Amino acid sequence: MTNEAPLIEVKNLKKYFGEKGGLFQRNVSVVKAVDDVSFQIHRGETFGLVGESGSGKSTIGKSILRLQSITEGEVLFDGKDVHKLSNAEMRNLRPKIQFIFQDPYSSLNPRIRVGDAIGEALLDHGLCEKHEVASKVKEVLEICGLSEYHMNRYPHEFSGGQRQRIGIARAIILQPEFIVADEPVSALDVSIQAQIINLFSKLQRDRNITFLFISHDLSVVEHLCSRIGVLYLGTMMELGSREQLYSNPLHPYTKALLSAVPIPDPTLKRERIILKGDIPNPANPPSGCKFHTRCPFATERCKVEVPEFKEVESGRFVACHLV
Amino acid sequence: MESSAVTLEKNKKLPRSSSLWRQIARRFLQNKMSLIGLAFLIFIILFSFIGPFFSPYVNLGVDPTNINQSPSAQHWLGTDKLGRDVLTRLMLAGRISLLVGLGAMVMSVVIGGVLGIISGFYRGIVDQIIMRIADVLMTLPGLPLLFIMAAILSEWKVPTEYRIYIVMLMLSIVGWPGLARLVRSQILSLSERQFMQATEALGLRDTRKLFKHLLPNIIPLLIVSGTLSVGGAILSESTLSFFGLGVVPPDASWGNMITSANSLLDFQKRPWLWVPPGLAIFLTVISINLLGDGLRDAIDPNMRRR
Ligand SMILES: Nc1ncnc2c1ncn2[C@@H]1O[C@H](COP(=O)(O)OP(=O)(O)O)[C@@H](O)[C@H]1O
Ligand code: SF4
Ligand SMILES: [Mg+2]
Repeated sequence: MTNEAPLIEVKNLKKYFGEKGGLFQRNVSVVKAVDDVSFQIHRGETFGLVGESGSGKSTIGKSILRLQSITEGEVLFDGKDVHKLSNAEMRNLRPKIQFIFQDPYSSLNPRIRVGDAIGEALLDHGLCEKHEVASKVKEVLEICGLSEYHMNRYPHEFSGGQRQRIGIARAIILQPEFIVADEPVSALDVSIQAQIINLFSKLQRDRNITFLFISHDLSVVEHLCSRIGVLYLGTMMELGSREQLYSNPLHPYTKALLSAVPIPDPTLKRERIILKGDIPNPANPPSGCKFHTRCPFATERCKVEVPEFKEVESGRFVACHLV
Repeated sequence: MESSAVTLEKNKKLPRSSSLWRQIARRFLQNKMSLIGLAFLIFIILFSFIGPFFSPYVNLGVDPTNINQSPSAQHWLGTDKLGRDVLTRLMLAGRISLLVGLGAMVMSVVIGGVLGIISGFYRGIVDQIIMRIADVLMTLPGLPLLFIMAAILSEWKVPTEYRIYIVMLMLSIVGWPGLARLVRSQILSLSERQFMQATEALGLRDTRKLFKHLLPNIIPLLIVSGTLSVGGAILSESTLSFFGLGVVPPDASWGNMITSANSLLDFQKRPWLWVPPGLAIFLTVISINLLGDGLRDAIDPNMRRR
């Protein structure tokens, strides 16, 4: 790990939904979608964020890029607090920080030709001359496994995998420093997923982009990410390098997630942990350790005392009383 | 929409996928009823705008020697109580009724479209103000409101040549709120779509979001509801003119032509005075509705179910 300042620093991020409790609606239920989450992403690395659906992954991704407001906390990009920038400063920053959406079907405007969709931000930000746009679009299309041939077509003429490639092309044409990829393969057929994951590996190799890669699938994350954070009901449960997490998960939730991932080598054995029950209602999360309702090792203490998110070895954090 | 931002000469050879409009045209052409509607509208437009050139009576006007003639070889639809040729008058009235309907529609679409877009896109206090005004106008029943406005305008003694513009304006005052609400709700639902979040992530200017992303998506809605509103406008204009509050003589409109047959004697004994304009209104409005329905089904087969 370098001593360089991190590119992204998330400090005590909180995002609560539905809290506009006015005079007559004091009992409005508040969803703490993100509840005091802190982590850093270093330049050039791919940070993985995993967690079940509803654990707040997208909310964190969107908060980092200021696609939504936050309730509390700070998000620093290159040392600057993104949520404190003026609108003009934010617009200037936009090309450097990009988002790849989960659903490749709805993230493209049905009435805009693919070439225009990919090239328009370059023009809008005045990043290149009008006559250069087409050649730049062609270049990124080819990087993303499509061709010039596709420029004048409409999104509905493409398959899901191709559309995701278009979404990726639209992001990388701006030569961003940082990309949030929000479950970019989970809406795709399994057979297509591998291709898109390979495209991400290629981008990692060829371009110096820092990624926040969001997924609910640990095997996808294992492929691409050097450091990983595990989220449960808006709280970070464990954070560490890929090697630390996969060879020696410390948090019971991480263990449970990993035990559900099939291991290619059948001689290797993993402790199998079956989670009991469902994810609790996020509007009414359990007291103490949020995981205690499903944790096989839960004790009385877990129900009342929130475990501290503490560094157990260099660069490795765990929130569990047992560790 | 045709000018693609990224078109190089050499790309002219690239396949341009058939535009969405062509698919819409294909679906539209399969709908018989709306084709009938369209055919009749073309007929009535030619009848009104080209027809008078073939009439020998256009410049003749009043002819006291020839009043209340029943249909004959010279006057196919007879003459009215001032001796004017009814067929010629029907054509000239068609010009005004169609223009008023179209003009009112254009104004409603422009006012309703712009205000609806502003409401839906900027939200907040602007949205609240616009929508409150629209609510008030929509709560008041349309026809009485038109009557009141028309009565006030009659007091002001507006010169007759401006009358038809005033009528268009009045009709659009009644027409825009519905359109504004439709457009606003469409903008709101589009804004929830991920591609609008994508424009935010790309940091696109508001003007580009509005004109490149939102507008093309509401144009089908504007076309369909605009078309349908022409029928309503023609009907309202006819009603107003019938009561002498819309287009007033000497200008002819289908509505005030019916008025000229307002005695029981005319009604029973001289049907050529009121049947032709009545039929013209009826068939035109029906045709417009058929056309609008066909367009709606062609543009978005799901719109009907919503
Ligand atoms: N716009 C919103 N309004 C209200 N609640 C929301 C909104 N977005 C997300 N949530 C809630 O926040 C929680 C986290 O959502 P999300 O970040 O989308 O999770 P994930 O991406 O991990 O599936 C969920 O309980 C979800 O219902
Ligand atoms: S703190 Fe308790 S409930 Fe939470 S993960 Fe650790 S053992 Fe399980
Ligand atoms: Mg999500």
